[in-house]
Amino acid sequence: MTFRDDVKYQESHEWALKDDDLVIVGVSDYAQDSLGDVVYVELPDVGDVKKKGDSFGVVESVKAASDVYMPVSGEIIEINADLDDNPSNVNDSPFDSGWLIKIKPSDPSELSALMSAQEYKTYTEGLED
Amino acid sequence: MSSFRFDSPIPPLLYEISRTGRRAVLLPESDVPETPLPDHLVRSDADELRLPEVSEQDVVRHFTKLSHANMSIDTNFYPLGSCTMKYNPKINEAVAAHPGFAGQHPLGRVSDTQGALAVMYRLQHMLAEISGFSAVSLQPAAGAQGELTGILMIRAYHESNGDTRRTKILVPDSAHGTNPATVTMAGYETVEIPSNSRGTVDLDALRAACGDDVAGLMITNPNTAGLFEEDIVAIVDAVHECGGLVYGDGANFNAILGIVRPGDIGVDVMHFNLHKTFSTPHGGGGPGAGPVGAAPILAPYLPGPVVTRGGTDDGDYRLTMPDRSIGRLKSFHGNFGMLLRAYAYIMMHGADGLRAISENAVLNANYLRVLTERAFPVKFKRTCMHEFISVGSVYDGVSTMDVAKRLLDYGFHAPTVYFPLIVKDALMIEPTESENRETLEAFADALQAVADEAQSNPDLLHDAPHTTPLRRLDEVSAVRNLVLRYQR
Repeated sequence: MTFRDDVKYQESHEWALKDDDLVIVGVSDYAQDSLGDVVYVELPDVGDVKKKGDSFGVVESVKAASDVYMPVSGEIIEINADLDDNPSNVNDSPFDSGWLIKIKPSDPSELSALMSAQEYKTYTEGLED
Repeated sequence: MSSFRFDSPIPPLLYEISRTGRRAVLLPESDVPETPLPDHLVRSDADELRLPEVSEQDVVRHFTKLSHANMSIDTNFYPLGSCTMKYNPKINEAVAAHPGFAGQHPLGRVSDTQGALAVMYRLQHMLAEISGFSAVSLQPAAGAQGELTGILMIRAYHESNGDTRRTKILVPDSAHGTNPATVTMAGYETVEIPSNSRGTVDLDALRAACGDDVAGLMITNPNTAGLFEEDIVAIVDAVHECGGLVYGDGANFNAILGIVRPGDIGVDVMHFNLHKTFSTPHGGGGPGAGPVGAAPILAPYLPGPVVTRGGTDDGDYRLTMPDRSIGRLKSFHGNFGMLLRAYAYIMMHGADGLRAISENAVLNANYLRVLTERAFPVKFKRTCMHEFISVGSVYDGVSTMDVAKRLLDYGFHAPTVYFPLIVKDALMIEPTESENRETLEAFADALQAVADEAQSNPDLLHDAPHTTPLRRLDEVSAVRNLVLRYQR
């Protein structure tokens, strides 16, 4: 299980990475492992504006369909359209080719409030009980 | 390795064995004048509808072989949690096939269908008596349609009171996926209520979510973790105090027949799964049936027609629309054949027998829970109702799905997997009341054998099933590349 340590995490298992003035968002390795084989990813429209905690899409696997939530508020600048044809990238490479959206954050301080890799790792261990 | 073997491989499709001109039936020569179909009703491309041409024996062998490549409740133990795969008594089939019923036309005159209407009337009343509701509609075709019926009734109730602020329905996170889907279909918004560490509704979180924007709550009791919601009275009170109504999801009613009546504890509307609790066939053999029962404040909104009694020239029984009915949910009178089977089942058991069904369902589940918890730990370590949740991923490198697939090699249908979502890697096991002690013990032995294999030879599980006509299926392709009909 990988807990990449240059990204931030939130409780609903999304990661967020600052990339200049944008924030890249995906689901964690823990999340993809729990979901199993991903078969479909539904993403928002570019230009949509959403608040932290809003659902921005759905990741559907052979086991379940799960909403994914905004880790920070802002405007959707880009979506990973390649996932339409290659949803398994979420499993194979959750932190790289499996990224979901890029956000232009409206409140950059929301990013620093998210969990560190170590905090998130501890959090997921608590979920196993 | 188990000695269980499926009898036959998958036979070729009827299309593949079709030969031009072969047939099963020779029609007698017509003894009435021929009247050609109007031109506009005749297919222009004669080849478009190429049905298979086969003999009767071809058809019989085809379906018999298919049935041998299958698992069903008539061939194997089928502990598919949440689905209540109990035995379907064959007397149900005899009753449904009675020419007096089977020969009925759904548009028959009321005066000519008094017998069928009498059965529906009595079934409405028996279901109402069993559940503590004041009225029942037999219209809905299955559980999910029953859910939609109930929420549409709640919506109609609020609207008739001019109360349009209420836009939210509370749904526990252990619910069947059909609950939030129903909420969306009915035009409401789902608010998810978390479970506590005991596997039941977090009462404080529920109370915090109650307010004047809440139209109601959907609650399954016992819930999908097989646990009785012990706070049900406080839960119902909290929702009622904020002006909401309570929808009872009757999916697990099989566990409480003759013991708890949902109407008595304040549930306002509930569906029954006749195809689970009342032994009508399902799992490919449906259709289902999802009658809905309602408390007095919601009874006028029930879908219709319902059967009532009283004084017309056509006879004692007649079809009536409830005063404020949300309308029809289904053509004709629901899935009538299923209503007959459920009626037969209730009549066969009587009140004491129904209670014994639930007692034995709970006893069987708890016996199996204790027998299996060494092989696969149980998530909530407490007395369960009709089913329980084990964790299937406790051995290194072996997943819940691997365990489920390996059980097929032992001649058991797999339990439900990865549901409810509140338990990671769940194996959901529901033995039902109709299994005997030897079967339960044999299943527990198989689970122990699979647990041993998971440690000694995990590849045996990774590659399972080994003995089925088809091996491990590619579930990703099955979802992504839909093939919905025969393609030449």
